[in-house]
Amino acid sequence: MNLRCLPLLLSGLLLAGGAIASDADHVKASQAWIRVMPGSLPAGGYVTLENHGAQAVNLRSVSSETYAEVMLHKSNTEGGMGRMEMVDSLSIPAHGKAMLSPGGYHLMLMKATKPVKVGDKVKLSLRFADGSTLLTDFDARPANTVDGNDTMDHQGH
Amino acid sequence: MKPRLARALLLLAMLASTVLLAACHRDESAPWRLTNVTGHMPDLDFKLTDDKGKAVTGADYRGKVVLLYFGYTHCPDVCPLTLAQLHVVMQRLGPLADDARILFVSVDPARDTPDVMHAYVNAFDPRAVGLSGEPRAIEALSKRYRSAYTREADKSDGQYEVSHSSAIYLFDREGKARLLSTPANPQDDLVHDLHLLLGLGAKP
Repeated sequence: MNLRCLPLLLSGLLLAGGAIASDADHVKASQAWIRVMPGSLPAGGYVTLENHGAQAVNLRSVSSETYAEVMLHKSNTEGGMGRMEMVDSLSIPAHGKAMLSPGGYHLMLMKATKPVKVGDKVKLSLRFADGSTLLTDFDARPANTVDGNDTMDHQGH
Repeated sequence: MKPRLARALLLLAMLASTVLLAACHRDESAPWRLTNVTGHMPDLDFKLTDDKGKAVTGADYRGKVVLLYFGYTHCPDVCPLTLAQLHVVMQRLGPLADDARILFVSVDPARDTPDVMHAYVNAFDPRAVGLSGEPRAIEALSKRYRSAYTREADKSDGQYEVSHSSAIYLFDREGKARLLSTPANPQDDLVHDLHLLLGLGAKP
């Protein structure tokens, strides 16, 4: 192992499998997970982003080697209709947080380049408007997971 | 009309409306927590194909309490969330849930073949059934319950979304429409009402 890996390894250990910051040191990702769907159906991706900086940051795009296409979306069930909207960016306020969670903002992950199984960790690169990126491990969870804190049926520790 | 008669009629009308109001009031205090649609919506009836490729009708589900929900498998967020929540509801009902069926009706029959539907519903709950079929048959069922769906414009790669009603329709064992649940209703209310609904007409 060369020395350049050491800080990465250390931060990885410190965050215990959470986010490994590359550029965006001021943003921390937690509760990152993917809803694994059967076959080649699109999957939802969810994460909580905390901004420790004094300036708002904007999530602009997300990419991954595992999915050829990742889009930022927002669900809306107002007026009794379920709809999805494409979103250009998501603002995370200074010293605040933004949540991508079921029924609201989410990532739509499409065209998996290889099968994703429950229990896998999938790396997604979150890119912010200031050019910084945050490489984050997303836990692949069963389709019938309700939310990231759902430890009831499947994710016992 | 004589003033006295007019006054008497007015009084009578007021009395009648008071009685009606009281009746409404009594209805509100009925045990249901979800929206009661009893008598306001037609019985469960359709001709579709289940996720094993078998032709089915509403009558095939008599004897079961039915939770009817419209959606599609390429829906990455709201449909899986709803079905995951219904799975939790079924778990909370325990063995009672064996007498209930979640009927997930596709509003995207072009992509939702029985095979796709089978893998999809079974990823959520063993008591979920995926129904697809002729576009006209799906439209008829949707209209029957004043549900709506719209296929949105295709994206550059031919993929598309379908906007659709988010309500869940509950039917009793006789196929009568009884209750309406929306995302705004707490899960406890759905569990509470399903307990009552499963108790109606249950075989000892």
